[in-house]
Amino acid sequence: MRSRNVYLLIFILALFGFALWSIVPINAKLLGPNGLRLGLDLKGGSQLLYEADLSKKDPSITDAEAMASVIDKIQRRVDLYGVAEPVIQKLGTDRILVQLPGVKDIDEAVNLIGEVAELDFREQKLDASGNTTWVIATAVGSDGQEEELTGKYLKRAYLNYIELEGYVVMIEWDSEGGYLFEKITKQNLNKPLAIFLDNELISAPIVQTVITAGQTGYIKGDFTTSEAQTLAIQLNSGALDLPLTIIDQRDVDASLGADSIRQSILAAAIGIILLSLFMLLYYRLPGLIACCSLGIYGVFLLSIFNLFSSQLTLTLPGIAGFILSLGMAVDANVLIFERMKEELRGGRSLGAAVEAGFNRAWTAIRDSNITTFIACLILFWLGGTFGAFMVRGFAVTLFIGVALSMFTAIVVTRTLLRLIIGSRVVSNLAAYGVKK
Amino acid sequence: MIDFVGKKRWFFLISEILVVIGIIALVISQIQLGTPLRLGTDFTGGTSMILQFTPQVDQEQLRQELTNLGYSETMIQGSGDDFLIRLREISPQERQELTKELEMRLGSEVTIRDYAMVSGHIATNTASNAIIAVIIAAVAMLFYIVWAFRRMPKPFRWGTCAIIALIHDVFIIVGIFSLLGWLGGVAIDALFITGLLAVVGYSINNTVVIFDRIRENVSRHISPDFAVTVNSSIVETLGRSLNTSLTTLFVILALFLFGGATIHYFVLVLLLGVIIGTYSSICVSSQLLVVWEKKDWRSLLPFAKRTA
Repeated sequence: MRSRNVYLLIFILALFGFALWSIVPINAKLLGPNGLRLGLDLKGGSQLLYEADLSKKDPSITDAEAMASVIDKIQRRVDLYGVAEPVIQKLGTDRILVQLPGVKDIDEAVNLIGEVAELDFREQKLDASGNTTWVIATAVGSDGQEEELTGKYLKRAYLNYIELEGYVVMIEWDSEGGYLFEKITKQNLNKPLAIFLDNELISAPIVQTVITAGQTGYIKGDFTTSEAQTLAIQLNSGALDLPLTIIDQRDVDASLGADSIRQSILAAAIGIILLSLFMLLYYRLPGLIACCSLGIYGVFLLSIFNLFSSQLTLTLPGIAGFILSLGMAVDANVLIFERMKEELRGGRSLGAAVEAGFNRAWTAIRDSNITTFIACLILFWLGGTFGAFMVRGFAVTLFIGVALSMFTAIVVTRTLLRLIIGSRVVSNLAAYGVKK
Repeated sequence: MIDFVGKKRWFFLISEILVVIGIIALVISQIQLGTPLRLGTDFTGGTSMILQFTPQVDQEQLRQELTNLGYSETMIQGSGDDFLIRLREISPQERQELTKELEMRLGSEVTIRDYAMVSGHIATNTASNAIIAVIIAAVAMLFYIVWAFRRMPKPFRWGTCAIIALIHDVFIIVGIFSLLGWLGGVAIDALFITGLLAVVGYSINNTVVIFDRIRENVSRHISPDFAVTVNSSIVETLGRSLNTSLTTLFVILALFLFGGATIHYFVLVLLLGVIIGTYSSICVSSQLLVVWEKKDWRSLLPFAKRTA
């Protein structure tokens, strides 16, 4: 029995050492080599929730395929734009959640992601009533079919600066596109050829010479650098297959997040000090042990968030959940100690009282915590149905916290208490908060 | 030994008064605001922003300028440097224009510290999901308790008593927020529902600990009188009930006082939940078990004559 407790203690210490190792150094990145993954409410950044209009999809593919393709393209656009740790995921059947930590100019990001960017070239034709209109330029392709010249033949687009023209987007055609472009410039020599983006006229230069296959052209249109850059990214990633609308958008300024972190650390510190004082004064020796296991609990929890930082995000309500779970972690200890005191008053020996305390308290601890788990699961579901990322953060932290608190109370506190009682260092009952 | 069960009529009276106050608040709010609870952007759609002004501006000035700019229906909360404002759904262009105009008119630099735009369509969806979540939570808790107490005679009764106490807790908190919404302009958001569900878990948690002890004492046959059994169970677990609530209150109170504005009302829900949840586990759910066992329904009525 004794040696089993010693092994358990060694196991706990080893686990504690590992957890501690995983969260140092405590530095600017907040704990550990990788740092905790902070939610947008703590780090600052933007979150966009899009709804796709699935009725407009290509009928030959399934809804899921259409969504996957849109998500893939958004991913590419975001990657090209250069956002660290973006989150892009599907919610439900037709919603896409995009989180962009640290993005300053949100309007630009919104443009980048959601715009369709359909490119085509149009030539002037006379319609039935004699007015000139723009229609998409066509030519007979290499396979003998009449083909429209659109963005689908684009090989690459990139930003460039040309003297007297300003910022332009260079376009390189693939071989078929080059072939079509050559024919179309030939058809329209000395006539205007318009460049349309999303059905909007960008520019309509007069074709001066036939542009042979393999040459690059460019789109000119009073662009600023960032406009031209955004356009190039959109053209490169291809048109989105579905029209998207923003149904929920949340931006948090980094300074607000920094304030929140500072305030919660202060609140947590004050709360923990009060809690520890109470436990020490009321429960004496077991209280001290509870404080130790609470400390171990805190390190474990932070360590879990650190080690699984790719899956777990810490949000502000998550911190509240963490602090709340500290209070609840004490609960398991309190249940056990109260039971122990009762058994001691009932005249049992110390060792027997500890065992009875743990055994009898167990059903209450188990049954009562399950209700919290149920609430967390429902919250997790609710949080996934809309844009408030804070809800899930709270549910996940509380769930992990409560599960861990059961472990620390049942394993850590019990082992420490058994060892101290077994060593007979402290046998005065007053140390356990019981008057003789 | 303190006689809790003997005072149950007083407890019921207190709870009934609180619930009635809650109902009155909801009705007044419905009449005054057209909604029983002041709803935030998450549920109504629209835009909410936290604006920071350097140098500071006056709330009245800000309200005046927003009205001049055509945003007369705007809700403004806060003072000094951070203002929370809620307005209709606006486009990015309108937002840029709004901040530019405010900077010019108030002569103060504006930083948007927090911005949320929710379309009306998803907001309706969220509101119904939130209601569904609370209902699922209550039903799940009921089934769980029925299951946990399946070896007791009439497990359904235990579950029902716990759920009534739970609804009582939720109702009082909702009533308080209705008052806050009516008098203080506090609007409920998704975090309010989050807090409420956490409270649901916490309240049942407390009830289960006492029920667990009643269950144990019933099987030990400590008294032929159920009321005595319940009372000793409450007294035996009282130390635990109060101490856990106190330790939890310490940390939540610290968070409430020092934790910053963003989660202030969320933490308030938790704070109220811990207090009311503890009260109801001792003074409502366990007492209801006794009432049901003794068929002493008259004790629920505030001014009924005492039965023998």
